[in-house]
Amino acid sequence: MDKYRELQKKAMTIRELTMKCIGARGFGHIGGSLDLAEVMSCLYFDHMRVNPKNPNWEDRDRFVLSKGHGGPAVYATLVLKGFFPEEELLTLNQPGTHLPGHCDRKLTTGIDMSTGSLGQGFSVAVGMALAAHLDKRDVNVYTIIGDGESQEGQIWEAALLAGSRRLDNLIAFTDYNKMQIDGTIEEINGLYPLDKKWESFNWDVQVVDGHDCRAISLAIDNAKKIQGRPHMIILNTIKGKGASQWENKVSCHNDNNITPEMTEAALREMKEAEKDV
Amino acid sequence: MFELEDRWLRETYVDCLIEAAKQDDRIVILEADLSNAGGTKRFTKEFDGKRTVDVGIQEANMIGVAAGMNAMGKIPFTHTFTPFATRRVADQVTLSVSYAGLNVKMMGSDPGVTAEMNGGTHMSMEDVSIMRNIPDMVIYEPVDSAQLKAIFPQILEHDGPVYIRLLRRNAVKIWEDGEEFTLGKGKKLRDGKDISIFCSGIEVAESMKAAEELAKEGIQADVINIHTIKPIDTEAVLESAKKTGAVVVAENHSIIGGLGSAVAETLIENHPVPMKRVGVTDHFGEVGKTDYLMDKYGLLARDIIAAAKSAIAMK
Repeated sequence: MDKYRELQKKAMTIRELTMKCIGARGFGHIGGSLDLAEVMSCLYFDHMRVNPKNPNWEDRDRFVLSKGHGGPAVYATLVLKGFFPEEELLTLNQPGTHLPGHCDRKLTTGIDMSTGSLGQGFSVAVGMALAAHLDKRDVNVYTIIGDGESQEGQIWEAALLAGSRRLDNLIAFTDYNKMQIDGTIEEINGLYPLDKKWESFNWDVQVVDGHDCRAISLAIDNAKKIQGRPHMIILNTIKGKGASQWENKVSCHNDNNITPEMTEAALREMKEAEKDV
Repeated sequence: MFELEDRWLRETYVDCLIEAAKQDDRIVILEADLSNAGGTKRFTKEFDGKRTVDVGIQEANMIGVAAGMNAMGKIPFTHTFTPFATRRVADQVTLSVSYAGLNVKMMGSDPGVTAEMNGGTHMSMEDVSIMRNIPDMVIYEPVDSAQLKAIFPQILEHDGPVYIRLLRRNAVKIWEDGEEFTLGKGKKLRDGKDISIFCSGIEVAESMKAAEELAKEGIQADVINIHTIKPIDTEAVLESAKKTGAVVVAENHSIIGGLGSAVAETLIENHPVPMKRVGVTDHFGEVGKTDYLMDKYGLLARDIIAAAKSAIAMK
């Protein structure tokens, strides 16, 4: 099978597992988790050097989900990659779980940083890249920030430093679904033109379809070839992608009333879509 | 007694850093455009700039970057003034460092009134209070160079975040070089049976002056330097309070949430005794030399004497 088709298939599985994970609890950050499936597939099944059998391997690539509320998409990916068994997904946000809604490096195998307070994970990713850069270590740091998160000042502090220090081992993504809790990004506090902003901070910038694994994977290939600048790949995404009950609706940021029937309907829809890959 | 040391305390701090960094190549320092004030240019020069990251004026990012560097195996020391090391970055310190279980050492210089001519904006009366509320945080306030030298290796050895509340300028010499100290353990300066005085930082010298004056009136003070404000040395506090039956705490900090609160919490749950707090009484700072501000905010030996008598009267 064509590599990109394989990645697209993996993305579908990640989306289904993400749905099962959130569905098991009946509430969660559904919109901004479902829309990450393709980039997670490209990272863990094409680009990142990680070893599920040795999760703390020193020379692994690092991943920081700075928009920490997308945790379920990362857990789904880690399950598919073999970091921990699928049953654990059903414990999301249960008392004593290893899988809290927001990522936690102390609790979850394969999670490199605790995130949730927006803007902070991005600084940490820059620090990781900087440490690797200083020691000339062959480690890439990957991070995903949200578009709403990009309203945080700390994002731009870190962006300035990464550009200034030419951290070309840092590959960042913006999940640009153009929505936040209170409305659309542009009506709340607009980011347009987002690509120009990153370019002006001395970053190498690409804009791709965030649901096309071929486009994402090739963009990462391109990024790796460009030296002397950190990389921002802006993913044009659809919040709640793959489940029409949530897709592209501002209200899908967090749904507190997800019934088993809704989960079943979403999973059926995803299975159907998989046939087209 | 009560002589100022020849060198600024920050020079001892930088000596300790350089010496430790020569032995341990994981050590890096992070600056936010205050390496002149912190005196760390010496460190930068010593290691040819390779172990210094000056992020410019972005303290929140500095804490996050330090956390990320620790996640990659470095032991970062961050440097700025106390208000910017604490209240400005309270969420970053809480989540990116402590909650995430990372090991970053954070030095804040010019605590409380010692910010002097930088005035109210740069004067942290609440930094200890903020840091005390963060789980796993250790708070150390050195009193002089002998103590800082003895404690520094223990800060490095401790696998977790430490806030170092560092007087920048000359400390009053309290201890002889070679004296032994333990992070987390108070150190007795004077033995007495009538009143316990727990103190840290610049208030240690004032407490000793107060104890001398009190002795002239026949009041014997037990003076203990609580250099590690968190975790508080419960044993030392209770042992002394049980003996004397009355307590004064003196600190260059707000009376809300600092050493006074830590001692009060310890006493009230274990062995309540009359107690008075000497510190800044819920006020902002202002411009002025240290002696003017200590007078204004009631941080002098005279204030400790009055507090001691008042606590004794409540027995």
